[in-house]
Amino acid sequence: MAEREFDAEAHVAHMASVMGLTIRPEWREGVVANMKATARAAGLVTEFRLEEHVEPAPVFEP
Amino acid sequence: MSDFADILHRPGHEIVADVAARRLSAREVAEAALDAIEAGNPKLNAFTDVTHERAVREADRVDDLVRRGTPPPLAGLPYSVKNLFDVEGVVTRAGSKINRDNPPAPRDAGLVERMTASGGVLLGAVNMGEYAYDFTGENAHDGASLNPHDPSRMSGGSSGGSGTSVAAGMVAASLGSDTNGSIRVPSSFCGLYGLKPTFGRLSRSRTFPFVASLDHLGPIARSPRDLALLFDALQGTDADDPAQIERSPIAAGATLEGGIDGLRIAVAGGYFRRQAMPEALAGVDHVAKALGVSREVELFEAHRARAAAYLITTSESSAQHWPRLVERAADFDPDTRDRFLSGAMVPAAWYIAAQRFRALFRAEMRKLFETVDVILAPATPFRALPSGTKTVELDGVTLPARPNIGLFAQPISFIGLPVVAVPVWLPGATLPIGVQVIAPAWREHVALRVAHVLHATGATSAPVAALIRDE
Repeated sequence: MAEREFDAEAHVAHMASVMGLTIRPEWREGVVANMKATARAAGLVTEFRLEEHVEPAPVFEP
Repeated sequence: MSDFADILHRPGHEIVADVAARRLSAREVAEAALDAIEAGNPKLNAFTDVTHERAVREADRVDDLVRRGTPPPLAGLPYSVKNLFDVEGVVTRAGSKINRDNPPAPRDAGLVERMTASGGVLLGAVNMGEYAYDFTGENAHDGASLNPHDPSRMSGGSSGGSGTSVAAGMVAASLGSDTNGSIRVPSSFCGLYGLKPTFGRLSRSRTFPFVASLDHLGPIARSPRDLALLFDALQGTDADDPAQIERSPIAAGATLEGGIDGLRIAVAGGYFRRQAMPEALAGVDHVAKALGVSREVELFEAHRARAAAYLITTSESSAQHWPRLVERAADFDPDTRDRFLSGAMVPAAWYIAAQRFRALFRAEMRKLFETVDVILAPATPFRALPSGTKTVELDGVTLPARPNIGLFAQPISFIGLPVVAVPVWLPGATLPIGVQVIAPAWREHVALRVAHVLHATGATSAPVAALIRDE
């Protein structure tokens, strides 16, 4: 997930609607900046290819 | 020095010993702490709720037990709790404006009940960053908790009031929480010993959650012996916490003086040597020298571990707060609102990738711990920042200050390793800096043993702030 492919402004606009969130104009810049930082973090994690058998850390015990 | 300083300005275990031996009453200690809070809190803003009547009641009960010849293990120990712990009769604000519309808590948090049973005396609930999403101790609703060693600087967060109240000598100890560094950061900035136990070790019942996958609770105090005393009192199974992991308690107090002979100790290299100010590296080197350590180890992909912890934090916390973000976003602290709003928009694939990376990082760290028993790393990349600092320069790059305070704490809590933060005062320094003493999972007693050696030899220390002492 390369950063250049990620349009944080479009993502925020779309997801605000999906999640029923109101983003006031004065909050938008901060929300977009945080979304960009999250995308950068996601890039670091997802560019590292994990073996298929690596399970997510939380394990549910019925 | 005033009377309350004579009683309070020493480690908690000394206060407990005096109360148990009837050299001092728990009532005198509680009243001294109430006086210290009255004198210091208007300047430092540690306490949001002082439980005056409760403190006197609990102290009298302890004195009664002492008179009967059955002093409890924490007899008369004055302590505070971060205001995300439920305290019966107090509204659990968790640093927020929104939660103070809730009714008062009907029952104490599980760990507070354990403190009461062990003879601790609760002085009240202390300030924190909103919903624990900060490393600064700043809060728009309650004001910032300030650093007693220099009130123009941050206490560190999010257990900011915990750091302030202990470093100012208002109490001997405090219970905080640590998701990405929130016990270790204020311990570093305020010059205290802090224990972040193994993930799942201590009950989280009736505390306000931040990130279910990463939340830990633990004590902050002014000596490793105090941490061991508290840790022994806080351990135990709690049926009210479904996330607690079943493990036999360890006796940290009994093994505290075990020394470091035979322990393989190393300094964390690579990531942990790069984005640090000179004082953070000097702090680690000081501790390494005191322990006779020259070996360096590399932690597997630590920068990605930190990124994955960031993803899990923003996703889970925002999911928790989603109804509040929909209905009351304007009531959030401006410093947390943007982070929570964006966290509610994280694609699930990113989050799952982070949880899978967490499993891999744990496996790699288990391998590393086959060759080493204790790892040393900076607790923070720098000393306490001036309040309101927005950016810092690390490794030649200008970065936002707030999220990067936890740079070195975050990869460690990501996989729940136990850590004791130890406070270093470098020659001529007027502010402390913390070093993480990191042990393998479930081996808190090993980190505490190392911290005890450092404290006993004077390599690390946690004095009450001189500003307060000299008044």
